[in-house]
Amino acid sequence: MPVQPPTGAGPGRRSGPGTAAQSPPLVRSRHPATPKGRTVTLTASGPTTAPVPPPSARSTAGARRRRWAAVVPYVYVAPFFTLFAAFGLFPLLYTAFVSLYRVELQTPGDMEWRGFGNYAALLTDEFFWTALRNTFTIGVLSTVPQLAMALGLAHLLNYKLRGRTFFRTAMLLPYATSVAAATLVFAQLFGRDFGLVNYALSLIGAGPVDWQNGTLASQIAVSSIVVWRWTGYNALIYLAGMQSIPSELYEAAEMDGASRWRQFFHVTLPGLRPTIVFTAVVSTIGATQLFGEPLLFEGSASGGISHQYQTLGLYLYEQGWGFFHLGRAAAIAWLMFLLILLLVGINALIARRRSRREEGRA
Amino acid sequence: MTPRRTPRTGRGGTITYAILVLAVLVSAFPFYWTIVAASRSNADLAQVPPTLLPGPNLIRNFEAVMEEADIGTALLNSLVVSGSITVGTVLCCTLAGFAFAKLRFRGRGALLALTVGTMMIPPQLGVIPLFMLIAELGWVNQLQSVILPGLVSAFGVFFMRQYLVQSLPDELIEAARVDGASSARIFWSIVVPIARPGMAVLGLLTFMAAWNDFFWPIIALSSQEPTVQVALRQLGGGYVHDQSVIMAGTLLGTLPVLLVFGLLGRQIVGGIMQGAVKG
Repeated sequence: MPVQPPTGAGPGRRSGPGTAAQSPPLVRSRHPATPKGRTVTLTASGPTTAPVPPPSARSTAGARRRRWAAVVPYVYVAPFFTLFAAFGLFPLLYTAFVSLYRVELQTPGDMEWRGFGNYAALLTDEFFWTALRNTFTIGVLSTVPQLAMALGLAHLLNYKLRGRTFFRTAMLLPYATSVAAATLVFAQLFGRDFGLVNYALSLIGAGPVDWQNGTLASQIAVSSIVVWRWTGYNALIYLAGMQSIPSELYEAAEMDGASRWRQFFHVTLPGLRPTIVFTAVVSTIGATQLFGEPLLFEGSASGGISHQYQTLGLYLYEQGWGFFHLGRAAAIAWLMFLLILLLVGINALIARRRSRREEGRA
Repeated sequence: MTPRRTPRTGRGGTITYAILVLAVLVSAFPFYWTIVAASRSNADLAQVPPTLLPGPNLIRNFEAVMEEADIGTALLNSLVVSGSITVGTVLCCTLAGFAFAKLRFRGRGALLALTVGTMMIPPQLGVIPLFMLIAELGWVNQLQSVILPGLVSAFGVFFMRQYLVQSLPDELIEAARVDGASSARIFWSIVVPIARPGMAVLGLLTFMAAWNDFFWPIIALSSQEPTVQVALRQLGGGYVHDQSVIMAGTLLGTLPVLLVFGLLGRQIVGGIMQGAVKG
C-alpha cells in the first residue's frame, strides 16, 4: 500500500490560485466564431464567466495546440458521459414522464396520457400498501442485525490474529455469490417439510415453522438471505474504518485504564461514525430495492400467496412484467426514488444532529 | 490510505477465535450444502434426518441441468457479458477518472458532482424507460442490451479519480508535456501503467457485480439468450421440480465467481477496504 508523498504537492497545486492562473489561456484559446450554444454545453453549469479578451494572434501553432488542449479533457470524459446520459440519466428522468402515461408491455411505443391516474390506481391498491409495509419490515429485519453483527465481527477482526487474511476472505465469500444462487439455496434450507432449518429446530424441540406462508416467518427467512450475503462485506468496511482511527487514541485510553469494551464504545464507535452512516445509507437503499430474494424464494412475482413478503421492487416487476402495465410500474419506480431521497435525508439529518451534539459536548 | 496495521489492539483470545470460526462456518455452510444437495438425488433430500454428506449423483445432475436449463449457453453468455462490461467499464472509468483527477476544464466540478450525486441512485429505478429504449432499438433478447447499460459506473469513475489523485504525481505529466508527448501518449505510457493496480481492483469488482447482476438481465433477456442469472431464475421459477438438479445449476453458475474469488480473494478484500476508506 503506497504511502503518498506526491499527494502533498497535489492539493496545493490544485487549490485556488493555481486554477485561476491556468484558466485564462483556456478561455482565450476558444475560437471566437464558436457559437454561444456550444460554450454553454461545455460549461454545463453555473454562470458563464467569460471575460473574453478578443484574441487577434490566434492562428499560430501554439494557439491551436492550446485549443486542442482545452478540448482534450472532454474527449476523456466523453465515453463515460455518453453512456451515462443514454443509459443512466435519461432512463431515470424519463421514468417520471412515463409514469403519467398508460404504456403496455406489448406496445411500448404507444403512450396514452393518464395524468396522475397511475398514482391514483396505486394508492387505492391494497397490495401497494402491503408491499410498502413489507419493504419496511424486511428492511429493518435485514439491515439492523446485519450492521450490528458486522460491527462486532470487525471489532474481533481488528485484533492481532493468526490467519487474519483467511478470516477476512472467508467472511467475504457470501458477497461473491449471486442473489439468485443464494436465494435458491436458502429457499431449500428453509423448506417446510425437509428443510435443514426446521430439522435443526426440531432437535431443540421447536418448530416446524412454515417459512413460506407465515408472514413474519417468511420475512425473517428472506431477510436472512440479505444478512448472510452482506454481513461480511460490511464487516470489512468497518474494519477499514477502524484501522484509520489513530492508534494514539487507543494508547491514551489504555493509559487511562479503559477496558477493551470501554475503548470500543468511547474510541472506536465515535471514530467510526462516518463509516456507520455510509453503510446505513447504502444498506437502506439496498433494502428499498430488494427484489431477487423475494422473487426467487418461491419463484413467483406475487411474493407469497397472500403477498406476505412482496417488496416494492417485486411489486414493480409484477405490475410491469406480470400484468404488463409499464406506466404503473414507472409510477412505482418514481415513488421508490422519492422514498430513497426521504430516507437518505433522514439519515443525513440524524447523523448531523448527532455529530453536532457531540461537538457541543466536547 | 490505510496506515500500516496498527500494533495497538490486543491479541485475540480463545473466544475471539471461536466466534470468528463460527462466522466462517455460517458463511461457508450454504456452499457446502449446495455441493451436498447437487450430488444427491431428489429422494435423498426428502429424508428425515437429512443427509449431510455428498453423494454420487453430481455428474448426473449436471447433465440434467444442462439439458433442462441450457446452463452451457448461459455460462458462455455470462462470460461474454461480464468480460465486455469489465473491459469497457475499466477503460471508460480510467479515462474519465484521469480527466477529473488531473486535468482542468470548465464544468469539471459540475460534472463530477453529477457523477457522485447519482452514484447512490439505484439504476433499477430506470428500468422502464430503459426497456422501452431497447425495445425501440430491437435489442430485446440480445446481449448488447445488458452490456451497454452495464458500462455505466459512476462508482468506477469516482474510484479511479481517487486512485489517480493519490498515486499520479502532477510533475510526471508536466514533464511528459514539456517533452512534447501527445495526450494519447501521456495516457497510455504514463497514466495507465500507474493506474494499473486500481484498474485491476475495479475490474475485479466490476466482473463480480456484472456476473451477479439480476434485475435488468431477467427483464432484457429470456431463455433464448440467457445469462447464468436468467437461467437460475428459470430454474427457480417452478418448472424444474428436482431440487438436486436446481442445486446442480446453482453450483455451476456460482463456480466461476468462486474461482475468481479463490484466486484473487485477497485483492478483492483489499479493494473493498480501500474503497471504503476513500469513499
